[in-house]
Amino acid sequence: MSVTPPQQKVWWNEPVPKSELIWVIVAFIWGLIMFFMMVYWHAYGEQNLSNESYRITAEDYSAKTEAMVEKYTVREESGYPVVHPPPGSDVYLIARLWQWWPILELEKGQTYRLHLSSLDWLHGFSLQPVNINVQVHPDYEMVITTTPDVAGEYGIVCNEYCGIGHHQMLGRLYVVDNGESK
Amino acid sequence: MATNEQYRICQSTGLRVYKSAENLIKANAVVAVVFLAIGGLFGLMVALTRWKAVHLLPADWFYLVLTAHGINVLIVWIIFFEMAVLYFASAVLLGCRLATPRWAWAGFVLMLIGAIMTNVAVLQGDSSVMFTSYVPLKAAPSFYLGIILFAVGALVGCFVFFGTLVLAKQERTYEGSVPLVTFGATVAAIIAVFTIASGAIILIPTFLWSFGYISHIDTLMYRTIWWGLGHSSQQINVAAHISIWYLISAVVLGAKPLSEKVSRGAFLLYILFLQLASAHHLLVDPGISSEWKVFNTSYAIYLAVLGSMIHGLTVPGQIEAAQRKKGFNNGLFEWLRKAPWGNPAFSGMFISLILFGFLGGISGVVMGVEQINLIIHNTIYVPGHFHATVVAGTTLAFMAVTYLLVPLIFQRELVLPGWAKVQPYVFGIGVAGISLFMMGAGTLGVPRRHWDISQADAILPYDFPGAANLMMGLNGLSALLAGVGGIMFVVVVVGSILFGKKIESSSEVAKTDPAAEVATKYGSEEHPSVPGTLVLVAVFFISFVLYYYVNWKYLAEIWPLR
Ligand code: HEM
Ligand SMILES: [Cu+2]
Repeated sequence: MSVTPPQQKVWWNEPVPKSELIWVIVAFIWGLIMFFMMVYWHAYGEQNLSNESYRITAEDYSAKTEAMVEKYTVREESGYPVVHPPPGSDVYLIARLWQWWPILELEKGQTYRLHLSSLDWLHGFSLQPVNINVQVHPDYEMVITTTPDVAGEYGIVCNEYCGIGHHQMLGRLYVVDNGESK
Repeated sequence: MATNEQYRICQSTGLRVYKSAENLIKANAVVAVVFLAIGGLFGLMVALTRWKAVHLLPADWFYLVLTAHGINVLIVWIIFFEMAVLYFASAVLLGCRLATPRWAWAGFVLMLIGAIMTNVAVLQGDSSVMFTSYVPLKAAPSFYLGIILFAVGALVGCFVFFGTLVLAKQERTYEGSVPLVTFGATVAAIIAVFTIASGAIILIPTFLWSFGYISHIDTLMYRTIWWGLGHSSQQINVAAHISIWYLISAVVLGAKPLSEKVSRGAFLLYILFLQLASAHHLLVDPGISSEWKVFNTSYAIYLAVLGSMIHGLTVPGQIEAAQRKKGFNNGLFEWLRKAPWGNPAFSGMFISLILFGFLGGISGVVMGVEQINLIIHNTIYVPGHFHATVVAGTTLAFMAVTYLLVPLIFQRELVLPGWAKVQPYVFGIGVAGISLFMMGAGTLGVPRRHWDISQADAILPYDFPGAANLMMGLNGLSALLAGVGGIMFVVVVVGSILFGKKIESSSEVAKTDPAAEVATKYGSEEHPSVPGTLVLVAVFFISFVLYYYVNWKYLAEIWPLR
């Protein structure tokens, strides 16, 4: 039994029953398939998180964002600047206690370099309803090259617990049809 | 010397039980159950808060209670119980006295002090940092100190376990190799040592930082090392509860491993590969390369997953073999239909096996795919997944084995046998609901650790789809059911220990379990085939493959990114 010592002292020499052998082989091959699926997706898939990231201080990141906001703000909403940067450009989003700043307006089908960093604690960038979720660290700047492909209004939820205001930490992002503004 | 220490022979199993081991098993198991009761109630309050129509707690209490829930169940309940399991698997199964019971008691006391210290810190309100305590969220120094003391106590327990293995070998209390269950427990203990080392590396500096002795801790470094503790410790749980599956099927049915080699090999895979898995939590973090993520998240090439998939065949397989030997040979599934479903040890074990495999195992592998994690990370899908592993899997298995420990170690009969009989089903269905509905809500984007997804007072509110609220409501209902199951368990166990009829050790004549005779000699031609299990495994495999690819399809629908 499983609660008594093995019947044969030299248990590692036992023959393995066929049913088990087959399953071990099938499971092993499935493991290989799953492994190479990830590699394959890096080569041919369209959704791979970038490896581009830098160390940065909160001051520098904040300065870069403010420069963008100054240049490309098109209007205001609920006290937030709405920024419409040119397609292909570098777009900055600040995470801090407890907001995502500013509101971004992107054009559908255009590609942007979206930068994410936190000025204070850990936060979780969770873009809804597409459901893209990325961890946002202080002192690290992640750059994601992305192409929004559906127009609409998106919410940015924080999904990394960041203290008592965590559930109020919401941002917004618009995707508009080419050349238009909302 | 303690060699002439008192022992008794258990009448129903013939095991030799030493007093020292018995007392330690009792103490650890009782404290564990107390913390499960407390932590479980906290869990219920959390679930009721996240149910929009109820929204039980205010925000500050919600985060406090959620922190307390994670700590008390994931850390305190599980690890105290694991200490009991380690002492049982060494001293009792090997018929040996416990090495250095005094050290074991010292470890126990340290763990208890640590658990209380951390709880006090949390309940005081300035340590609502979740059990992960990510910097720069800062808790009171006593929060970290409590966890450190707890871990040191657990480490002492592991060494008492190893010492007992050595002692048993020296005193020749058994012949040949240790039983499979002890082997599995040894794997758990070895992993525990690694895990606690990672814990020390990260928590000691954090403790120093909490009162200003260290000025800065890098968030990425913290997460990387912390999850060396956090994830590997889940493999302790897996090794422990799989050992218990083997234990229960042996004690209840007289089952014997189909092949010792295969089952032990599967356990070894855990030791070799699980250290890599802290990657599961870092798949969408900056500053880490994809190569590292892919290699580590898959434990090389899914070799630790391979281990679990093997147990997924060998555990039901050994049950089928034992049942067929008893003559339940009709069709594919007579062995399963005629299994002792009214025995809570068996039903709890089997439900644990099914839910762990189908819900916990499959979802875990899928969300651990580097790219798929993008659509799951930190959503409430994650707690959905681990309630299937650590509650439906580990906790239910521990509950099931408790039904054996009460007569065996506490020498009491169960009170309320009718309750005991249905408890695994009530709890199992409740937990299955919690897991499924949280996973469902997660695919709709609902965040974890979040007080109010309707965000009534946010400046830029976002409306989650109605289905998300529906899921969270169903989650609340399932939580009530699981809560009832949990309370039934605590009432039966505590009631039996206090008021159960004493089992006189001399009243019954020693009888060997008739079931013990039915097992075959494994690995030989007499070894029975297990067609029913193969069908179960095939169903599992097909579900796995389908669910895996469905999620790739979901992933392919989000914005292109690179
Ligand atoms: C009646 C039983 C239980 C219920 C109703 C329950 C419910 C919940 C809920 C609703 C959450 C919150 C998810 C969130 O908002 O992020 C949660 C978190 C959690 N639960 Fe449970 N749970 C139960 C038992 C357990 C047990 C037995 C364990 C461990 C063995 C466990 C481990 C955890 C952990 C580790 C977390 C995460 C805490 C965090 O995010 O910091 N739960 N539980
Ligand atoms: Cu946040």
